[in-house]
Amino acid sequence: MDIFLQQLINGLVLGSVYALVALGYTMVYGILELINFAHGEVTMIGAMVALSVIGALVGHVALPGVVIVAMGVLVAVPVCMLLGFTIERVAYRPLRHAPRLAPLITAIGVSILLQNLAMIIWGREYVKFPPILSSATHQVAGATISDLQIFILVLSLLIMAGLVALVQKTKLGRAMRATAQAPQVAALMGVNVNSVISLTFIIGSAIAAIAGVMVAAYYGLAHYYMGFMLGLKAFTAAVLGGIGNLAGAMLGGLLLGVIESLGAGYIGDITGGFMGSNYQDVFAFFVLILVLVLRPSGLLGEQVGERA
Amino acid sequence: MLLGVLLAALPFLVDAGLGRTWVRILDFTLLYMMLALGLNIVVGYAGLLDLGYIAFYAVGAYLYALLASPQFGLHLPFWLLLPLGALVAGLFGMLLGAPTLRLRGDYLAIVTLGFGEIVRIFMNNLNAPVNITNGPQGISLIDPISIAGVSLGQTHTFAGIEFSSAHSYYYLFLALTLLVMFVSMRLQDSRIGRAWAAIREDETAAEAMGINTRNVKLLAFAMGASFGGVSGGLFAGFQGFISPESFNLLESIMILCMIVLGGMGNIAGVLLGAFLLTVLPEALRSIGDFQRWYFNRIIVDPADLRMLLFGLALVLMMLFRPQGMIPSAQRRREFKHDDAPQEPAPLYDQQK
Amino acid sequence: MTSRSDGPILLETRGLSKQFGGLAALHAVSLNIHHGEIFGLIGPNGAGKTTLFNCLTGLYTPSAGEVRLDGQRLNGLKPHTVAKQGLARTFQNIRLFSHMSALENVMVGCHVRTKANVLGAIFRNRGTRDEEAAIRSKAHELLKLVGVDKHAHSLAKHLPYGDQRRLEIARALATEPKLLALDEPAAGMNPAERVALIALIQALRATGIAILLIEHDVKLVMGLCDRVAVLDYGEKIAEGAPEAVQRDPKVIEAYLGGSIGGAIGQPA
Repeated sequence: MDIFLQQLINGLVLGSVYALVALGYTMVYGILELINFAHGEVTMIGAMVALSVIGALVGHVALPGVVIVAMGVLVAVPVCMLLGFTIERVAYRPLRHAPRLAPLITAIGVSILLQNLAMIIWGREYVKFPPILSSATHQVAGATISDLQIFILVLSLLIMAGLVALVQKTKLGRAMRATAQAPQVAALMGVNVNSVISLTFIIGSAIAAIAGVMVAAYYGLAHYYMGFMLGLKAFTAAVLGGIGNLAGAMLGGLLLGVIESLGAGYIGDITGGFMGSNYQDVFAFFVLILVLVLRPSGLLGEQVGERA
Repeated sequence: MLLGVLLAALPFLVDAGLGRTWVRILDFTLLYMMLALGLNIVVGYAGLLDLGYIAFYAVGAYLYALLASPQFGLHLPFWLLLPLGALVAGLFGMLLGAPTLRLRGDYLAIVTLGFGEIVRIFMNNLNAPVNITNGPQGISLIDPISIAGVSLGQTHTFAGIEFSSAHSYYYLFLALTLLVMFVSMRLQDSRIGRAWAAIREDETAAEAMGINTRNVKLLAFAMGASFGGVSGGLFAGFQGFISPESFNLLESIMILCMIVLGGMGNIAGVLLGAFLLTVLPEALRSIGDFQRWYFNRIIVDPADLRMLLFGLALVLMMLFRPQGMIPSAQRRREFKHDDAPQEPAPLYDQQK
Repeated sequence: MTSRSDGPILLETRGLSKQFGGLAALHAVSLNIHHGEIFGLIGPNGAGKTTLFNCLTGLYTPSAGEVRLDGQRLNGLKPHTVAKQGLARTFQNIRLFSHMSALENVMVGCHVRTKANVLGAIFRNRGTRDEEAAIRSKAHELLKLVGVDKHAHSLAKHLPYGDQRRLEIARALATEPKLLALDEPAAGMNPAERVALIALIQALRATGIAILLIEHDVKLVMGLCDRVAVLDYGEKIAEGAPEAVQRDPKVIEAYLGGSIGGAIGQPA
């Protein structure tokens, strides 16, 4: 039972990070019907930039670990915002009226470009996250939860709440929703569709940067290749919840984290030792394929028939 | 005729001019040409973006490796393994396609990508508790391909001319590449080829005109996969060693690059793309020499630069020449933005 | 009207309904179309005409009711099977394979009545070559029939608008339908093209094909059709000979909202 609880906690923490990244996919998809393949890479760049800043500060300034990490984040966020903005401007916008395959291929191209750029800048090796954050743990009903886990979970929830408030309550949010529903009509109503799209990429990338730092802090390392798997899982989460739907991305992220965590914890028992936790990464794909086959609109998505 | 003589003499010319390594690079070029032609059926003809194509290459390679190596002590003959590889890879194609082909294009891309990774993860982990694939170490001492008792792994002398292993493989691969080309051409210009083109243009209309879109797409998937399976088997026999790392996502993307760069749907374009992307990275090595000479040290590893340039090429190609270097007549028309849309166009083309 | 309307029944719908969420786009529509008949389906915008079309051709699954073609149940079948059963359609917003030539478009239509497989394609045996030649000549014939043969090798999207509509008809005919369903075939045509279209539809009927026509242009429908049904808010409000339907107060009400007296009041 305590294994179950432990895996549940781990899953929720991991899932909240997936949810943050999934938000970026879902926002872009909601407006452009485009899978922004490069989003995972934006997350990775966020982690790497923050780690560079943190690495430069640690040992040179006498500040608490949390402050140093916060400074890393403060640099990573604007870098990623600029990156997201540039990607949309350079690689996607010129192709808005091209056949669907075209922006998808540039998206893949951008993703590879960023990955290899990161490899050249930060090297092939894992970059370590210095142990400057509190490693205190708490016992809850037989399970262990660390300060970091609590922090990640709470911060994720706050960011999600903030995003929902932004989309539901502000003028910008209204413009975003209008653009997602009917871009032409929104344009006629005076919404500047291009800036709404740019802002969507900027907001999504800012959140991705924070998520990237969380992942690096959680696992204690970052790697030029980390964005790929993270992006794929976050995308799965977005599809699971119903792509284009903010609440869906959050639910999907948390759920995927839990499925993965419980799956990895129990797969050995289920398969009689045939498969171990090294198959953890396979779960996301199975979930993805299952959802797409059984309920392509996702858990919270609307069922939309194809129009003739 | 002249071309035939040139193709036949090519390995000797290359051997004399550039050395034995380049004959092997030539062999790899042919392998990639077969792969690219296979993926071209799926992406170029039927318009289905498959990002996990390398999985079928892996299936073919592992099938050959498991059935012709000391791993299980099996040493089945090549003439049996070749069609078997095509068949099994084709089945895998159907297995993946059956549940996923009704998905919209970009979803399909992600699912195939996931499938490619699943296959690789299994290859990596199927060494315990029962050792099937030997895990990350891969399988070595794979039997070289041998035809009619003549092993292509050794040097032979015919009519006073010495044929090294790389030379012999060249002729086998050349023959099979020509075969794959022939099959591609015949398929394109047929009832099936027209159905693929129709689906790529407008799936709903194609379905309304009586085309069983699901089956026809599945067929494209299976055909493409079986080409991949054949190339995989050849790769295993040629290389003598395979490991999961040869079948990662970047390989899938590289093959996609080949057909995008060369010209989707056009056989000559695809061949050119495969040629350039196999040969150019080798040429990139000289950048390393240049750095060593100019800076006295390697600043950027040319191997790292390779994928970077591929990514860049994909983006630039889509932005400035989306139809590829040698586009197919039809693709050229599709990517031409000359005529203004008649009605307010959707943000992205909704048709596909 | 003509004797065609008392021939055997070709297409029959019984209580056909389609719900989108809470909205009933079609409610219990029952229709009979006879062999060799030209049947018109009219109604104001949003009356459910295209929805009915999509239910007949398998693009939508009806929520309730039944569709039969020559006694064969069609509902639940996929569009390609419906086409195979002998019901072909055109689209209101033209959906040609725009980067294929006119000829290739029609050749694609032949797909459902031909059977060359992968092996045939690769080995190009006698049977396949004959079939391919037959497809080609049939496609040319159909292009000639609809009057687009001079554009056979032009890209579909480069054809003049009226010719694109006719090309869609040729493509549908290539599937050898018993019933040809035309979704607003005259939309956007000039008067001359319209006259030619009427002649074409009559010529097609003469070959024994039944035609279901959705049209906005009431005049055209009234002049051409043997019988007409009127849809309003997803329900059939009238059915019968054009003259009778034209005088039906319910129809006048639906079309004119009870106040205006435009197109429908005048005899065609």
